[in-house]
Amino acid sequence: MSFIMYLINGISLGSVYAIIALGYTMVYGIAKMLNFAHGDVIMIGSYISFVTFSQMGLGPVPAVVISIVVCTALGMIIERVAYKPLRKAVSPLAVLITAIGVSYLLQNVALLVFGANPVSYVSMIAVPPLKLAGGELTITGITVITIVLCLVIMGVLMVFIKKTKAGQAMLAVSEDKDAAQLMGVNVNGTIALTFAIGSGLAAIAGILLCSAYPTLTPYTGAMPGIKAFTAAVFGGIGSIPGALVGGILLGVIEILGRAYISSQLSDAIVFAVLIIVLLVKPTGILGKPIFEKV
Amino acid sequence: MKKRVISAVLAATMVCSLFAGCGGSGSKGGETADADTFRIGGIGPVTGAAAIYGSAVRNAEQIAVDEINAAGGINGYQVSLKFEDDEHDAEKSVNAYNSLKDWGMQILAGTVTTTPCIAVADKTSADGMFEITPSASSTDVIKNDNVFQVCFTDPNQGSASAKYISDKGLGSKIGIIYDSSDVYSSGIYAKFKEEAASLGLEIVSESAFTADSNTDFSVQLQDAKDAGADLMFLPFYYQQAAIVLKQAKDMGFAPAFFGVDGMDGILTLENFDTSLAEGVMLLTPFAADAADEKTQAFVKKYNEEYGETPNQFAADAYDAIYIIKAAAEAANVTPDMSVEEIGTALKGAMPSVSYDGLTGSGMKWEATGEVNKEPKGVVIENGVYVSID
Repeated sequence: MSFIMYLINGISLGSVYAIIALGYTMVYGIAKMLNFAHGDVIMIGSYISFVTFSQMGLGPVPAVVISIVVCTALGMIIERVAYKPLRKAVSPLAVLITAIGVSYLLQNVALLVFGANPVSYVSMIAVPPLKLAGGELTITGITVITIVLCLVIMGVLMVFIKKTKAGQAMLAVSEDKDAAQLMGVNVNGTIALTFAIGSGLAAIAGILLCSAYPTLTPYTGAMPGIKAFTAAVFGGIGSIPGALVGGILLGVIEILGRAYISSQLSDAIVFAVLIIVLLVKPTGILGKPIFEKV
Repeated sequence: MKKRVISAVLAATMVCSLFAGCGGSGSKGGETADADTFRIGGIGPVTGAAAIYGSAVRNAEQIAVDEINAAGGINGYQVSLKFEDDEHDAEKSVNAYNSLKDWGMQILAGTVTTTPCIAVADKTSADGMFEITPSASSTDVIKNDNVFQVCFTDPNQGSASAKYISDKGLGSKIGIIYDSSDVYSSGIYAKFKEEAASLGLEIVSESAFTADSNTDFSVQLQDAKDAGADLMFLPFYYQQAAIVLKQAKDMGFAPAFFGVDGMDGILTLENFDTSLAEGVMLLTPFAADAADEKTQAFVKKYNEEYGETPNQFAADAYDAIYIIKAAAEAANVTPDMSVEEIGTALKGAMPSVSYDGLTGSGMKWEATGEVNKEPKGVVIENGVYVSID
């Protein structure tokens, strides 16, 4: 019975990683850059929902909407101000370093605005826990919501990319930026849209993350950000189903490793598995091999 | 050109943000260069993840120094205080120590957190400077004879907790979760386990977490629940304890919870549902709602100056400054003496000092630097601390 409980907890944790990993993987797929500030956008999203829901007393729906809107705007501003001017930079390292800089900037701004004291995040999701097997198995409401929401987001995103013009444009830009531009695709607009979607999802991920693990500090986003980045690489960076598979596998391995191998070594186990996967399949589980065209 | 301007603005913003955190770390005290003032330095994390502890210490030290100056100073000399940030980083802490020495520091009231304190303690020992740490609780901190502690040592807390649980019959099957990446937590855990074995307490589940995986405790709690634990010993800080309490409730696991001084602060955690902490027991030297006059006056003053309720770190720091005063008066030191002379005089005087403070009455010190005071057990009832005894 414990095993099933661990598995469900793992899938729930993995679902949060998957939603965060989407932000990394979409941006990487389309702009070919690692947005290390993504984890901190999550933290900002959590704070915004905390302020609107717990401090200003707005309902859950406006709180979520405001949080998504703010994060979307923030993502677009970061892209416009910090990344776009560097897109043509000689070294691809420039934009990577800038991303790390933005990450620290967001953390320190949050430290100034919200203070270093942690706050207790009150979950706005009031779903009663699911009791199975005669009360032996208690699945919290937030766990159910997280898993369901993760699947819904994945589904909507896949349909969006396959069926809409903007989605097709994203696909085109990720295949070949210059050719897409020649075909009349607005590359800059598409990249901005990608950042907008990724950051909007970051707000949702932040709310889910803090609802399940309710202590919020300016550093809340850092570690989940790194784990989700790992999940994205694990599943094959650039691939949307890969983010789902990588995220959930990572969550399950982390929890099961902690339960059955060692509670201290869970992170070491996660990263050891990552190394093995990358050795066997360098592009990640669902990643496509890239052929250099000459 | 436009791009250049934007990137310049951006770079400037980032640089500003780096310095913004340091803005508050300077001291309010006078920085006059005369030999008629005692120069006390403080070091602790005022920014970064442990900022809550460092800023509490900085604020409380300032309050104590202001009070002492208003009442005529130490041995008739005024005191000036300068506090430097170390971001809970050993290397930065040593840098902070060096810059305080350049300023002319004679006595160090710090550092706040254990790992940096171990590094700085080696420096003060080499310089013969007197050091008293409000809150760095590892025994490694006091391995040099010039360093004294206001707080309990980690092993002390571990054995006191085990004794307390056994004496009061609080639980028979004990589950433990501890932070294996933190010397404070694992130090308490090791001693608790040893003491529990000799007292015949049964430990049915023990599991760890690390600083990188400190948000999910479902596995550790499930393990304890399966093992039938009726008391959970939680020797770590309240940020994590808050999550443990919530997750335990969510999974329908309701043992007794027992924490140590790191648990203090859980009630002041903003927006925390205090009903989760109902019945939680902890050993703490300081309770902000204690009825004695000294505590009330301090809490009131702290609230007026900084707009929040002080935690035990603030209380330890406030005591630290007054302990320096008591030792300095016993040894009759003056500011014109050298750092080493003051250090020797103060450490010689410490074992004879007996001090009644916020964090204990009749506090006395071993020559090794360890403090003797009684731990106080409190239980949280209706959102406030109530004494168990």
